[in-house]
Parts: sequence; structure tokens; C-alpha cells
Amino acid sequence: MWKYLSVFIMLSTPLAALNVGRIASPLEVAAWDIDVRPDGLGLPEGAGTVAEGEVIFEEQCAACHGDFGEGVGRWPILSGGFDTLTSERPIKTVGSFWPYLSTVWDYISRAMPFGYAQSLSPDEVYALTAYIMFLNDLVDDEGFELSRDNFLEIPLGNEANFYDDDRETTEYPFFTDACMSKCKPSVEITKNASGKDVTPE
Amino acid sequence: MPTKSGPSRRRFLTTGLVAGIAATTAKADPITDVQPWAQGLGKGVDERGYGMPSPHESHVLRKSVPWLVAETKSSINFTPLHQLDGIITPNGLAFERHHSGVAEIDPAEYRLMINGLVDRPMVFTLQDLMRFPRHNKVYFLECTANSGMEWRGPQLNGVQFTHGMIHNVMYTGVMLRDVLAEAGIKTEGKWLLAEGADAAGLSRSIPLEKALDDCMIAFKMNGEALRPEQGYPARLVVPGWEGNMWIKWLRRLEVGDQPWHHREETARYTDLLANGASRRFTWVMDAKSVITEPSPQAPVSHGKGPLVITGLAWSGQGVIPRVDVTLDGGINWHKARVDGPSLDKSLHRFYYEFDWDGSPLFLQSRAHDNTGYVQPTKDALRVIRGEVSNYHNNGIQTWAVYSSGEVENVEIS
Ligand code: HEC
Repeated sequence: MWKYLSVFIMLSTPLAALNVGRIASPLEVAAWDIDVRPDGLGLPEGAGTVAEGEVIFEEQCAACHGDFGEGVGRWPILSGGFDTLTSERPIKTVGSFWPYLSTVWDYISRAMPFGYAQSLSPDEVYALTAYIMFLNDLVDDEGFELSRDNFLEIPLGNEANFYDDDRETTEYPFFTDACMSKCKPSVEITKNASGKDVTPE
Repeated sequence: MPTKSGPSRRRFLTTGLVAGIAATTAKADPITDVQPWAQGLGKGVDERGYGMPSPHESHVLRKSVPWLVAETKSSINFTPLHQLDGIITPNGLAFERHHSGVAEIDPAEYRLMINGLVDRPMVFTLQDLMRFPRHNKVYFLECTANSGMEWRGPQLNGVQFTHGMIHNVMYTGVMLRDVLAEAGIKTEGKWLLAEGADAAGLSRSIPLEKALDDCMIAFKMNGEALRPEQGYPARLVVPGWEGNMWIKWLRRLEVGDQPWHHREETARYTDLLANGASRRFTWVMDAKSVITEPSPQAPVSHGKGPLVITGLAWSGQGVIPRVDVTLDGGINWHKARVDGPSLDKSLHRFYYEFDWDGSPLFLQSRAHDNTGYVQPTKDALRVIRGEVSNYHNNGIQTWAVYSSGEVENVEIS
């Protein structure tokens, strides 16, 4: 009875002006809504261990990312880079830079393996995420199992180092220099691009 | 005075296309012969159902920097700014950035879903989208990484490579707010996730305030259907904000009460500062300008005398009321002439004409936007951000013009 009533209310909600398009079915929404958020929204049922992840990683990921996530050639590095963020050559990985574990889950599930996206089962994505945690010293037990139940208990180290755009106060007030004449005494070249030989023909 | 050894002779010869054109012009003189095109018949109509540029323009191409990435399906190329004029980028020359190659979508199978915190989750076909009121807007799209290779100093000798991750076209499309209204946004809704249909499923969180303000779903660029590499059949337009948010091949919009913190807004497109902290959600593209000609790929081929300096200026905050140009590396500045339409969040074209005495120059341009913001020097940016932030490098560009007419990417004191 209440069910029918709510359907009735839904249909009687004033439709927006054009009445163009159609209602998406719950099945369609479930099939297309693949995203995951740090608060766990979108995380499906499932679980996988570091050891299971290692097997899948070797088969489907290591050719590009290396057995230990070290990156083959110029393919992306997935592990290490600890304490490099203040260096001249920061190495940004899940362990050194990423603020949220949910981003790892979401990204692997939507975009990897490169060239065969959206092919992994939730259990496989949990296992791969657990293995990438292992590669980044976030867990040290190969038997560790990641699941929807313990997912939200795992913070990544760099989360606190992100803050919202503050250019309005830290930059804009200072970028107003519009000097028109005799703005400096002299000019010399300090750096130049020639000789680097990195420009394509 | 620039006394540095210039770019290699070989590079000058291969990039000295202007010189090549000058030689062709000389070949025609004196103009006493009947030229072949003045005598015989040309091709008839229908020879080319879709017109192409003159074969003499076949060198005008997008180009990539092969050493930048592992392969071409997650890569970027660059708009040849030094060969273009005016403010509109031709569709075939608009730079490309893909994360999993170009999705080739059959428009009959195209669907856009809206779900999340809405009254009615909905599905739209392309035809459905075209039944909303249409709008035409010219906007620039700049990749956040434009000029990103230059943070540590001059790297690439060509404006195509230092500044070519930008294009400016007229979009025809519908307002995102009109489409979202069909689904009905719940009051808790504060954010929108936009997601692409390509194999990267590229996704970004956009504050609803922006989405309901000026964002569009576009299906035409410069009057014709979007090119596949620009998101055919429909893409998101996020005026003034970083290019990565302009989701191509748009397949889904989800309304939520908080941002998603996906890969493209955490691991990428966040600005790492020298102290190890990172700015996130740095969406607006700040005012920037660059001289496109002369530039390393477009040297001065005609010697001294009248010289036209031209370039582009833009701001994610609005319009460009003024551009200054210096010939001496910033000792003295001159107001440039902005020519053509001055449109909100669009490229602006500027010129500065003068009589060149053949002595070396340090060319720079400096954009002002309608907020009073003045484009900063690269060093002013480095003082605040350091040299590893990759993104949002809108610092003033310097070109050294040598007496020979060759031009080099430099930094100066
Ligand atoms: C054919 C090569 C290839 C294979 C195989 C592959 N990847 Fe990737 N991976 C890439 C590329 C290329 C990117 C970057 C894509 C882009 O630029 O958007 C990437 C990015 C990533 C990232 C994000 C890295 C970062 O710093 O942003 C993760 C995590 C990842 N891959 C995990 C995996 C996993 C897990 C697998 C196996 C299921 C896998 N990849 C298989 C090529 C590959």
C-alpha cells in the first residue's frame, strides 16, 4: 500500500518544464553508477587479500607497473616515493601522495587494466587494492583481507596535507604589478632552452 | 643584450618555414609571366565533399612531445599557436588529451544518465538533449598542465609546446541547469560528478553552484559536430575552469552531497607546493598571455623594418581589458592593441606593431583581467609555489629575438 502510494507521489511530482528524456531503471543505475567515494558511498560487497591481489597483479598489471609497482619504463609508478614530496623530484604514489584509499579502488575498477577497463570483479579490485597497500607498506601481512567492512578504517598518510584553493588570499592581492616604464635597471638571460634538445621537430 | 649562442642552425632551418615562404615569394618576381592558375581550370565543385586546407598548409599540424609519456593513448598534443591568428581554433587543430584513447561513439547508442540525489534518475538520448533551448558561446579550454614543463626553466623551444595545450571554439549546446532540472535536484545536493564514456571513465567533482551557473553540454564546435577527439557526440563545457573538468564523451552526471576525490582531483590536478602540502580544487585558470609570433617556431624572416608582434591573452575570470608588451625584457612596457571580439572566458587577440632596427629584443606580454589581476612573472609564482607544482603555470613568457631573426625561449633577470 505504502509502496504504491510512494510511486503515486513520485509520478505526481511536478515534472520539469520539458518532460524530455525517460526515467532510468534501478537496474540501469546499478549498472552505470560505478563510482566510489571516501565515505564509502558506492563500495560494493566483497573482499580480497594481499596474496590474492599479488596473483592478479602479476597477471594483469605487472607488465606495465612492474612486479612491485615500481613502473616499467615510463609507465606509472604505484609504490614508494616516501619522503620525496619536498625534494626536487617528488615521486607521487598511493603511498607517498594519494589522500584516500577509495580513490585507488574507484580508479582501478573504472580504468584498469589499461585497455580492458571495467573488467575486474569487486573481489578482484579489493584484492588489488590490498596488494597496492602492501607494496606501499600500509599493511605487512600477506594474509590481510580488505573488504567493505574494514575499508573505512584505513586512512592514507598524506590526507591532512591537502587544502582547498587559497589563491584568492595567497596570490591575487600580490599579482597587480603593472609598472610601465623604467621598471628595472637592466636585463640579462638567466636560463635558456637551446642545447637541451628536447623540442620535437 | 642577448649574446647567447642561438638555437642550432639545423633547427632554425627546419623550423624556418616563414623563410621558406619568403623564398617562394621571391621566385615569382618579376611578375611578368601568366601564372598557371590564371590560365587553366581548377577543380570543380564536389571534388572535396569536406574541404581541406591548401596543400601548402600541410605543415600546420598538432604535434606531441614523444618523450613526455609512455605511449599515445594516454597522451597530449599541442595546438600550433604560432601558425594561427584571430581567436578561433580550427577544429582539426584543437589540441588533444586522452587518458585511454579516443572513444568512437555511435550517436544512436549515446546515452546520458543523471542519478544520485535527484527526484527522478533519468536517461537522455542525443536527440533528447537537442530539444532543450540551445546556446552559443565561445570559450577557451586550457589544460592545467599548459606550460607545466617550464616550471624549472625554459625547456621547449616553441610556443606550440610551451603554450599549445589550449583551444578556443564556439560551442553550441544546452545549459546543464536545464537538463538537471528535468531530473530535479534534491536540496542536499551540493556537488556533481561528471563521468566520461571512454575507457578511462574520466570523472571529476564539480560544485553544483558552478554547474548551475554557466556550464553547458555541447554537441557542436564551430558549427559542426564535436570532433571524436573532443568528445563526440557530447561534452561538458566548464567555462574558465581547468580543461580536465570538461568531461568528453559525457555519459553520466551524479548529484551528491560531497566531492568524490577521484584520481583526477587527488593524484593529479592538485598543486604540490615546496613545503610538501598540496592545493586541491584549483579550478580557475588565471589570466595569462603569450606572444605567438615571433616565437621560436616563427622567427622573423624579413629583416628590419615594420614588424608585427601578435599573441593571445585569456582569463578564467572573465575578459582581458588590457595587454602590455615589452621589447626590452620588462624595462619599459607598451599597451598592445586588442583586436577582434572581447568575449567572456575566451581567447583575446592582441597586436603590437613597430619599426624593428634589427637589434636583439626580449619580448614579453602581460595580461590584465577584469578583476584587476595582472599576469605575474614566473619567478613571482615560484616564490609562492616552488618549482614542483606542475600545474597552473601562468607566468610571463620571454622570447629572445636575435639580430638574425631567430627566436629562443629564455628566462631573464
Ligand atoms: C598496458 C599497460 C597497463 C596495464 C596492464 C595496467 N596499467 Fe595501470 N596504468 C597504465 C597507464 C597508462 C596509467 C595512466 C593512465 C592515465 O594517464 O590516465 C595507469 C594508471 C594506473 C594507476 C594510477 C597511477 C597514478 O599515479 O595515477 C593505478 C593505481 C593503476 N594504473 C593500477 C593498475 C592495476 C591494478 C592494473 C592491473 C589490474 C593495471 N594498472 C594495469 C597502464 C597500465
